[in-house]
Amino acid sequence: MNYFESIGSYAIMIREVFKKPTKWKIMKTLILKEIDELMFGSLGIIIFISFFIGGVVAIQTALNLTNPLLPGYLIGFATRQSIILEFAPTFCSIIMAGKVGSYITSSIGTMRVTEQIDALEVMGINALNYLVFPKIVALMLYPFIIAIGMYIGVFGGWLATVSGGHGTSADFIEGIQLDFIPFHVTYAFIKTLVFAFILATIPSYHGFYMKGGALEVGKASTTSFVWTSVAIIFLNLILTQLFLG
Amino acid sequence: MIHVEDIRKSFGETEVLKGVTATFETGKTNLVIGQSGSGKTVFLKCLLGLFTPEEGSISYDGKVYDDLSADDKRNLRQEMGMVFQGSALFDSMTVEGNVKFPLEMFTKQSPSEMQDRVDFVLKRVNLIDAHHKFPSEISGGMQKRVAIARAIVMNPKYLFCDEPNSGLDPKTAILIDNLIKEITEEYDITTVINTHDMNSVMEIGEKILFLKNGLKEWEGTNKEIFKTDNEAVTDFVYSSELFKKVRQMYIEERN
Repeated sequence: MNYFESIGSYAIMIREVFKKPTKWKIMKTLILKEIDELMFGSLGIIIFISFFIGGVVAIQTALNLTNPLLPGYLIGFATRQSIILEFAPTFCSIIMAGKVGSYITSSIGTMRVTEQIDALEVMGINALNYLVFPKIVALMLYPFIIAIGMYIGVFGGWLATVSGGHGTSADFIEGIQLDFIPFHVTYAFIKTLVFAFILATIPSYHGFYMKGGALEVGKASTTSFVWTSVAIIFLNLILTQLFLG
Repeated sequence: MIHVEDIRKSFGETEVLKGVTATFETGKTNLVIGQSGSGKTVFLKCLLGLFTPEEGSISYDGKVYDDLSADDKRNLRQEMGMVFQGSALFDSMTVEGNVKFPLEMFTKQSPSEMQDRVDFVLKRVNLIDAHHKFPSEISGGMQKRVAIARAIVMNPKYLFCDEPNSGLDPKTAILIDNLIKEITEEYDITTVINTHDMNSVMEIGEKILFLKNGLKEWEGTNKEIFKTDNEAVTDFVYSSELFKKVRQMYIEERN
């Protein structure tokens, strides 16, 4: 029953976020601040993860291609498909649930504990709009970060293949161009946008409605990471079935 | 003037406010006192509109809160200033940013007008060199002053303070109490203060409401509270040795 109550109050929260907007002049500043903190602040970790995951995928594929009849371009092909379809949008989102999600929950949760949210409400400000809406808007730029992740991932795969002696550069480049379906990129970006919304709202929900003190802020961050990850993985299945199934 | 009529508020099975009626006058420092768990904070949050009582009504200068439209409620909120127990300053903003915040949110003042107003209220609460400091860089007493400055920057008609001098040394606590009293008289505000500090009661308790187990047990002034025979009030007031001695001296003098 508690789960249903939580889903219900999450839905009410989403409705409240879009009600009674904050003055645009203030909102603009908040959005830019969130873009800087949530997006630019995550660029480094996304580049790092994508580069090494791309490299590992390429090496794993190369090591499994034991049959000499299999063409060398398969390494590039498998790397591209894995990175674009799954690793960049889904794997990076799980990492972001830890990085961005925990930050959102703990910052909003701390504001709750120290009565800063009460102070906003007493002033007649829609605290949910003030705190959550800029995060949703900022995270709508998440597909751009993931696009960079995709590029870096494939680049990491190429570098690992060529420098590790697993294949030639020409084969790899042929592989990444082979049977390219542009809709796969569209599908990846649609997924990323849905995950971005989840990344902004579930951690906000756990921070905004938390009760207790500093210890509970930590607990709320952990719970928010778990539920954000669960939602991402579950929606990944639904969206894959809807768009590719 | 704020009039509260028979308000009741429960949380689950627990009834916290069991029908409280009170009137808080304009230009006076009205104190709500009582032991921890007596319902003071819930009462104050009902006055602020953060909690909705299940029964009863609250009117602000004759306007009943429940009868107001959403816009009117929002406008009324902007006429309220609140000083929270922990100050509740926005820790990512400087002192100046905290005080300027309501002006930026709700007024169309030019940056220089806002700056003038911020400078004025910070000077009023005797904070002159802290404009660019963050809340974590200033003392508890200074944080309380900033909270008062933020609460009065919009010229509120109603000022609410929840334990404004908790965690402060006695000297600073008296300074904060007196500052609130001065501001109340100067701007003719209806001020309601939640406290369990007897020094505050003695210093600024022009009207006192004593709550016990969610009910109004007693009301009067700081002069009357030391003369009352109400057992619950005397238990609360004379819980410290110092006040017990004062009471003893008073009884001996009377006899």
